[in-house]
Amino acid sequence: MTAPTGTAIELSGVSRSFGAVRALSDVNLLIAEGQCLGLVGHNGAGKSTLMHVLAGTLRPDQGRIAVGGEQHDRISVHLAQKLGLRCVFQELSLCPNLTVAENTRILHPSIKGLGWRQKAGKLISAMLDRIFPGHDIASDTVVSDLSIGRRQMVEIARAFTVSEGVLRLVILDEPTSSLDATTARQLLEFVREEVRTGVSCILISHMLGEILDYSDQISVMKNGQLVAFGPVAQFTRERLVDLMSGGEHPDRAARERSIRSLADAPVAVRAQEGGQGLPFVARKGEVIGLAGLSGHGQTEFLVRVFEAARARRADVTVAGDVSFVAGDRQADGIFPLWSIANNVAVGSLPALRNGLLLSGSKERELSSRWGRIMGIKAPSLDDEILSLSGGNQQKALFARALSTSSAVVLMDDPMRGVDIGTKLEVYDIIAEQAAGGRTFLWYTTEFEELEYCDRVYVFQNGRIVGELQGQDITEAGVIGSSFKDKDAA
Amino acid sequence: MTTQAVHSGRAQNLASSSRQRLLRGALPAVSLVIVLAAIWYFNPRAISYFGLNLMLNLAIPVALATIAQMCVMATNELDLSIGAFVGFVACVTATYMPQEPLLAVLMLGGGVLVYMLAAVVIHLRNVPSIVVTLGLSFFWAGLAVLIRPIPGGAAPGFLRDLMSFQPPLIPMPVLLAVLIAGTVHLILMRSSYGAVLRGVGGNARAVHRAGWSILKAKVAMFALASVFGILAGMTLVGVSSSADANMATGYTLLSIAGAVIGGAEFVGGRISPIGAVIGALVLQLASSALNFFQVPFLPGGRIPQEWQVGAQGMFLILILAARVLISKAEK
Repeated sequence: MTAPTGTAIELSGVSRSFGAVRALSDVNLLIAEGQCLGLVGHNGAGKSTLMHVLAGTLRPDQGRIAVGGEQHDRISVHLAQKLGLRCVFQELSLCPNLTVAENTRILHPSIKGLGWRQKAGKLISAMLDRIFPGHDIASDTVVSDLSIGRRQMVEIARAFTVSEGVLRLVILDEPTSSLDATTARQLLEFVREEVRTGVSCILISHMLGEILDYSDQISVMKNGQLVAFGPVAQFTRERLVDLMSGGEHPDRAARERSIRSLADAPVAVRAQEGGQGLPFVARKGEVIGLAGLSGHGQTEFLVRVFEAARARRADVTVAGDVSFVAGDRQADGIFPLWSIANNVAVGSLPALRNGLLLSGSKERELSSRWGRIMGIKAPSLDDEILSLSGGNQQKALFARALSTSSAVVLMDDPMRGVDIGTKLEVYDIIAEQAAGGRTFLWYTTEFEELEYCDRVYVFQNGRIVGELQGQDITEAGVIGSSFKDKDAA
Repeated sequence: MTTQAVHSGRAQNLASSSRQRLLRGALPAVSLVIVLAAIWYFNPRAISYFGLNLMLNLAIPVALATIAQMCVMATNELDLSIGAFVGFVACVTATYMPQEPLLAVLMLGGGVLVYMLAAVVIHLRNVPSIVVTLGLSFFWAGLAVLIRPIPGGAAPGFLRDLMSFQPPLIPMPVLLAVLIAGTVHLILMRSSYGAVLRGVGGNARAVHRAGWSILKAKVAMFALASVFGILAGMTLVGVSSSADANMATGYTLLSIAGAVIGGAEFVGGRISPIGAVIGALVLQLASSALNFFQVPFLPGGRIPQEWQVGAQGMFLILILAARVLISKAEK
């Protein structure tokens, strides 16, 4: 089958798994020449994975990619450059220690020899002038001297520069996230202009207005699959939100929890944002979900609550001790060289003292009791923590937090990469503990988990923009709150 | 606020951060001038053709070792073996180069290969460079002792001639320092591949995504470091005309100190070849300067020899403190 003329890129049956998680499953996508494709989806829908496959930084497990009618099993970084596939990643890809011109040269191996600096400088300045007229970025500025917004501008402009070969596709991942309204509009207008010359563009954004206004085609991803694809006229904001959330869950009514009347319970955590955003209240025994797109201030909020429990803060009050369950196990959870028992007991050291020293028997007693409660599957708790599976390591972290006497437990997306069996066991324990009077603040990126919460606060750009309760905790409700356009928010 | 005001505010921000960089960049040069001025104040005759020749003769090997260290630091790694390596090179040079030059060249070439191999191990196996180079330092020190169990040997004629050459007007060490700084500046700061090499220290992932091999870049930087290490060892023999296995052990820390004084940072690919050479000169002069200082209340009016290392430390602290102050003042 040959690609019809006018097809820039065609993906067929592309799949990619990370362990048990299917980040992309059987994706077929066609990007037409000279068109802008808007790509939307919630966290973990597979947008980034798709992008990395096209940029050559990830190898697909299956599937084929046709670029300009030529078939490839996989695209290497080198091949992607040669084929004219460029990506502007969300985390910046400039070298802060180099100048704007030097960063441009890194993308263009052909710029070398005498006068390469001037060539690269001219190339990037001309492109910046075209995309962002009136910008104030000199090509000999060192990138670390530029503000985040200007770095973003440089990176976007760099992606559109051509020194040799063709420019076929530019993928922009949340390109407007650090641009102000004026430069964002300049960029989007430029994209429209550029696609007219035959370059294709993939625009990833959670500003649905941008997608609807500036794309030719839209595709919606959910759980690693393409759930909708078509010309922009077929879509409205409401339809996109619906598609991303995949409608309602049929089993929702069955699982509907008795709305516990906790309105009279004493307040465990209270936070007031300065002026904007809704106030945050968590009562004793409540399970509170923190939702919204990832990286919109949920983790920072948990850290603030954690700090407020130790040192008084004006904006957050916490009644009682808090403990923290880390989501990024390797970075801020486990002590990799310690045994399981040590890892569990380290949260409760003051309670395990016998005079000035730690009591080994108390430590063993505590860790074996909580190892049993959490159902940690290990031959012996004296084994190294790294001998456990990821799910069991996470159970040990839960055991560490729950074995303390703390009244409030903060959970920073703790179920990342944990198997479903473990999850269900832990959900039950959380419900039990909450019934016993503990308060849980639970940041999660998975909708299913929000259904275990009494109330949900939706975060956007570090502020609370929505509060959902009982029946209203639905995927559509959360997505509707988190996909607000800048001007609407 | 009007758009105009916003724009001029931005321009000011930009200007302040580049002014800060300018000040930081000038710091090594300013420290050099201060040290020279101090020496001149106590002993004007020291700042002369012969005075500088004497004081700076040993600074050339240190400057070369500092450049070697800086190459490694540019890739966010650290070379704890450079001192032992320079000692090894010196032993090879003094022992074999006069009679069996081919053997000597082969051995030094082997040194370059080992450095490149170290880069491969560090990058592919993700082993901390501190561990690898600490291990290598014992390897080099052992080899050096095997080659030269007792101090001795002789400098090859061309090295002795080079290091004792007396050009008109400008002392040889000054000439060599300028030459080294200029050459390395061209290679790393002005060439187009140099930008890629420094980019690896700044944001390796970005360089990788642009299609470059990080492995190749690291191997290139380590190879470059070994070449400068070899030059350091050879010039050291040229100056001292004999070799000893432990003659350069202090170079490891001196080279790190020199690079840092010169404006290099341990992470982030921020380096300055000119600054590094100046840093090495400052360290060398700082210890000589103490010989000239007149301190009335000390016995004999002189600072004891043993304090020279301490003086180098003091200079390091003062210069780094000044750098932090500049960064803070401009924020």
